Amino acid sequence: MKQLTPLIALLSGLIFGCGLILSGMTNPANVRAFLDISRDWNPALALVMGSAIVVAAPVFAWVRKRGKTLPGQVVDLNNRRPLDRRLLIGSAIFGAGWGMLGVCPGPGLVVAASGDAGGLLFVGAMSVGMVLCQLLSRRPR
Amino acid sequence: MEFIHLIAGGAAIGSAAAILIALNGRIAGISGIYSHLLQLRPGFLGWRVMFLLGLLLPGLWLGLQGTPLAIHAKPAIIFASGLLVGIGTHLASGCTSGHGVCGMANLSSRSIVATLTFMAVAMLVRFFVGAVA
Repeated sequence: MKQLTPLIALLSGLIFGCGLILSGMTNPANVRAFLDISRDWNPALALVMGSAIVVAAPVFAWVRKRGKTLPGQVVDLNNRRPLDRRLLIGSAIFGAGWGMLGVCPGPGLVVAASGDAGGLLFVGAMSVGMVLCQLLSRRPR
Repeated sequence: MEFIHLIAGGAAIGSAAAILIALNGRIAGISGIYSHLLQLRPGFLGWRVMFLLGLLLPGLWLGLQGTPLAIHAKPAIIFASGLLVGIGTHLASGCTSGHGVCGMANLSSRSIVATLTFMAVAMLVRFFVGAVA
C-alpha cells in the first residue's frame, strides 16, 4: 500500500484540478461575481464549496472516528490547536488578496499551468509572499 | 455557469480531498502543499510533488489544446493580490481548500472561523474596491 501513496496523491491532485476547471473556479470573474454581494450577486458558486463539503464530510468523520486511514496508518483529525490571532490576521490578509482579484492558490496554479502570463505573475507573487514569511519565521541558530 | 458544472466540479474537489485523507492520511490543502514544496527540503517533497503534478496537468493540457485559462487585470493588481494570498495563507496555515473544504468537512472550529473571516474580508474588499479589478 505504501508504494501506492504517490499514485494516490497524483490521482487526488488530478481530480482536484479537473474539479476546479469544471466548476468555473479558474475564471476569476465567476469568483468576483460570487464575492460582489452588492452588485449583481451570483451566489451559485457557493454550490461548489457546498458540494465539496457534502462529499468530503462523511469520509473525514469516518477517518476522525477511526483514527486511522483505510490502509491502517494512524491519523489524528481532532485538531487541538487554539484559535489565535495569527489565524485571524492571516485569514483577513488572504481574504483581502482573494477579494481584490478573485484568485486563490489552487485556481492560480491551474491557470499558471495553462501558460497564462497573469497566472504566472500571480503564482510568482504568491511564492514571494510565502518564501518571505518562511524566511522571517525561521529562527536564527 | 450551469448548476450541474458547479455541483459536479465541487463533488470532484470533495472526492479528491476524501481520497487523500482516507488513503494517505493527508489534507488536500493547496497553499500548504505548495509552500512546503517551495522550501525544497527533500523530506517535504514526495507525495506533494505528485499531488501538485496532478493538479497542474489539467491546466497544462488546456494550455496545449490552445484554450488557456486566463487572469485578466493590471499587473500591479495581480502582483499585490498574489503577495497578499501568499502571506495570508502562510499565517493562516491554509486557504480555500485546506480550511474551506477539508477543515470545514472535518468540522474544525479553526477552519470554520478562518473560512468565515476570509470570505467576509473578500466580500468587504469587493464592496469597496470592486471597481479596481
